[in-house]
Amino acid sequence: MGIPTNQEQPFSVREMIVENQRRQHWPKRMEKIAPKLLFTLAALSVLVTLGILFTLLFETIEFFRRVSIVEFVTSKEWLPWNEEHGSFGVAPLVTGTLLTTGIAMLFAVPIGLASAIYLSEYASERTRRIIKPALEVLAGIPTIVYGFFALTIVTPLLQNVIPDLEIFNALSPGLVMGIMIIPMIASLSEDAMSAVPNSIREGALALGATKLEVALKVVLPAAASGVIASVILGISRAVGETMIVAVAGGSSPEFTFDVTKSIQTLTAYIVQVTTGDAGYGTTIYYSIYAVGMTLFLFTLVMNVLAQYISRRFREEY
Amino acid sequence: MDKLLVSKRMKGRLVQNAILQAIFFFATVLGLIALMLLLSHVVMQAIGWLDGDFLNNFPSRRPEEAGMKSGLIGSLWLMMIVAPVSFILGVGTAIYLEEYALKNRFTAFIQTNISNLTGVPSIVFGLLGLTIFVRELGLGRSVLAAGLTMSLLVFPVIVVAAQEAIRAVPQQLREASYAMGATKWQTICRVVLPAALPGMLTGAILALSRAVGETAPLVVLGIPTFIAYLPSGVLDTFTVMPLQIYNWTGRPQEEFQHVAAAGIVVLLGFLIMMNSVAVLIRNKFQKRF
Repeated sequence: MGIPTNQEQPFSVREMIVENQRRQHWPKRMEKIAPKLLFTLAALSVLVTLGILFTLLFETIEFFRRVSIVEFVTSKEWLPWNEEHGSFGVAPLVTGTLLTTGIAMLFAVPIGLASAIYLSEYASERTRRIIKPALEVLAGIPTIVYGFFALTIVTPLLQNVIPDLEIFNALSPGLVMGIMIIPMIASLSEDAMSAVPNSIREGALALGATKLEVALKVVLPAAASGVIASVILGISRAVGETMIVAVAGGSSPEFTFDVTKSIQTLTAYIVQVTTGDAGYGTTIYYSIYAVGMTLFLFTLVMNVLAQYISRRFREEY
Repeated sequence: MDKLLVSKRMKGRLVQNAILQAIFFFATVLGLIALMLLLSHVVMQAIGWLDGDFLNNFPSRRPEEAGMKSGLIGSLWLMMIVAPVSFILGVGTAIYLEEYALKNRFTAFIQTNISNLTGVPSIVFGLLGLTIFVRELGLGRSVLAAGLTMSLLVFPVIVVAAQEAIRAVPQQLREASYAMGATKWQTICRVVLPAALPGMLTGAILALSRAVGETAPLVVLGIPTFIAYLPSGVLDTFTVMPLQIYNWTGRPQEEFQHVAAAGIVVLLGFLIMMNSVAVLIRNKFQKRF
């Protein structure tokens, strides 16, 4: 855009305007195209959700043409490989999932909350700056690595304590999943607790409360909505977790609440079918979509619930 | 009230506070201690198995000859698809939401939808990829099918990071640009994006490292775990590091546990390198306005 000095310089105002318009042609078009292009990209995210919903829905409908939905919901036997007495009752997979999730949460909720309280109420700024990224490392480790931990380290260790423990069981992947979820609950709860204004803490301290009383009786109730939301998100994460339970949980869908026995979760069943060679178009092939749909609906309800709770019951200051 | 009684009770409460503080601190480091123990165990198992041959050999039925070459190269191929696709998708969505979108119901819907997508289990994305990319579009168990599936899985992470980065660019910068006669698109391209780029790149690398470590969707797509050649194009079949680790972990021979441990060390080393780059970018280029 320097001062035109050469021979080609336009010499009348009219030509200058024309020249200017020519130069502005492409940028002007870009000005109109860009928002539309970006809108398309943004709308694509909605398309992804719809894609998930419809693929699951269509294949699940195909599954329910072959197997009655009543059997799927009420039967307590999951025997897809048995050709004569095949049975598709999802209950054993659900109990397997609930067992590992339950163990993980029993472990992760108290520890996660305790770390959140420590980080938000006790830790100095320096300690927090060291520990928080370290916890993030814990969350960034691939789940297959946690699965390896569960099968080859934690299960043999637990077998020393519980001799009856089978090689594949619900206890060991549950515990390891707990370790994986701690950082999630800790960091989300810590965010909620840090959002409670200091003036409230100072008010309680001025009345003679100890730090512990401030944390448990003032800050925790005030941050309750965020804390509960973090626990629900943790549950949703545990339900959808795949590799840990596929590696260390086993593949025997039993309707049981015995944590020492081999089980199978919803996710582990999908892995079992897709690593094996169940042909395209068989009932077993369609069954993974019905199981996936169960999984998707469950986690969706959990996530929406978490959002609702953290929005609806938030204490505003 | 009696002064003595008060001080007595106060003492009890302070002791209680001290004890609980110790417990809270212990709980905080418990996860880290557990991780250290587990990792050191894995490193011990990997010693003696992790050498140049391990990185240069193809998988083998004999544990002492098994190597990770096809997985390592395969993971790089996967990144070549995931990086551009998820970055364009994520950053484009973020620019639209932050710079163009009106504050209406549809925008709120897209925003909620993106946060819900981050909560969908990864294995469900595998089912989506299996149906759409592998079967409907006929891409097969290829690098492209796996890359597209992974891009859909991780791009919401980039959207969130990019939105934060764009929001951190002060309004004055935009106004100064408009005052100089720049159009909206010029302002976005030449002022907002350069300022927000470090934050976006950090988010993109974190998303990419998640894609490299993810196993479940690829299992569902049917990506093989045992492959003794390298892909020569995006439509070739391939394997990645986490899948090889999964395969080795499931083998009954004791020796393969060591091979799996060596694989884990390589995978974690790879991820640590990626994350260090992210931290480096954040520290070096992050401007505070």
